[in-house]
Amino acid sequence: MTIELDSSSPKFAEYAEPGRLVTTQWLAERLGTPGLVVVESDEDVLLYETGHIPGAVKIDWHTELNDPVVRDYVDGEGFAALLGRKGISRDDTVVIYGDKNNWWAAYALWVFSLFGHEDVRLLDGGRDRWIAEGRETTRETPAPAPTDYPVVERDDTAIRAYKEDVLAHLGKPLIDVRSPEEYSGERTTAPAYPDEGALRAGHIPTAQSVPWGKAVAEDGGFKSRAELEAIYRDGAGLKDGDEVVAYCRIGERSSHTWFVLKHLLGFENVRNYDGSWTEWGSAVRVPIVTGAEPGSV
Amino acid sequence: MSATAVPDTLAEIRDAFLETPESDRLLLLLEFADELPPVSDEVASHPEMCERVAECQSPVYIYVEVVDDIVTMHATAPAEAPTTRGFASILAQGLTGLTSDEVLAIPDDYPQSIGLTKAVSPLRIGGMTGMLMRAKKQVSQKR
Repeated sequence: MTIELDSSSPKFAEYAEPGRLVTTQWLAERLGTPGLVVVESDEDVLLYETGHIPGAVKIDWHTELNDPVVRDYVDGEGFAALLGRKGISRDDTVVIYGDKNNWWAAYALWVFSLFGHEDVRLLDGGRDRWIAEGRETTRETPAPAPTDYPVVERDDTAIRAYKEDVLAHLGKPLIDVRSPEEYSGERTTAPAYPDEGALRAGHIPTAQSVPWGKAVAEDGGFKSRAELEAIYRDGAGLKDGDEVVAYCRIGERSSHTWFVLKHLLGFENVRNYDGSWTEWGSAVRVPIVTGAEPGSV
Repeated sequence: MSATAVPDTLAEIRDAFLETPESDRLLLLLEFADELPPVSDEVASHPEMCERVAECQSPVYIYVEVVDDIVTMHATAPAEAPTTRGFASILAQGLTGLTSDEVLAIPDDYPQSIGLTKAVSPLRIGGMTGMLMRAKKQVSQKR
């Protein structure tokens, strides 16, 4: 760790890994510190250009983290080239923030984790809080000196689930983080979102419905640990030692929930099924349940 | 079905994008986003006149008027959705002032022709296609 953790927030102190979040104030005081790189990752590919935290670099989930041809993430060489271009070193502290309560920031953090980048944190409250607080933004794009980021092979075993893994996982806890309408099968896409293509609607049998946004407090940051425990343990029935798989439609909203379960609540074995409903809902002969109840295997 | 043709303004916009290095095309789109004119007072005070574009991830509403066969396109999208604002701005500038026949003759794949697909991703360009299709449908209903 090159940059000290943010110990200013009593809320963070309650989390399993308090150091995974930083406050806007903490970040504002440290902008420009060597060894700290700020990354903006948004749903809207142009939002960064309208103004961003001074010195922040942009990483786009669609055009930079995904492979341009195969439905997969970049490989070790691609990731090394990307981070080298962005001026990020392997031992840098990376703080990621973005729009939509950090959906895409959490997604980027999860992809960084596939490559074992150790010190990667989220800005609590994301882009909206930084702007709401009237903090400085700029349209000036930094030109960081390229770094020689090592080629690290992506490790999909620990935190990523494929469709076959989910089939083998059936009977163990699954969290469906989509909207209630998508869960029940009334629709295949999020309300007000474009259709990315799923032929059937419903959910994976036994999955508990916990829409991702339940983890977000009214102030746009993450809810307190006690509130999160009530949602995921008391509500969804997760217990210590559980192996959990989270999914949504393309894996972005479930990255947000993955972050909550893994880093804020400390569940050790949590995987994100990034194929999610756009794969499951179009796959041949996989089990599907419709309606508001989880159903059985 | 009549033959398709790209009207002059849209052709100029397309050429401006294609003549811009790929790495700078997003900045050109940002200029369009910044230029999106405010909707007229009449439309602003009657949000029910507008049609939501469901193909776009961000809330964007369009309203197309046809007066004496001349089309005017209004669009509104929030500041936190600049890509959508940019798309709406291109279409509002490109469609306004055309005759209804000229609008209906715009090729449906115009959004794919302006060299932005790689920069913004095919999925996002789909939002602009949805916007164009809805605008054309409104024109055919209102003329």
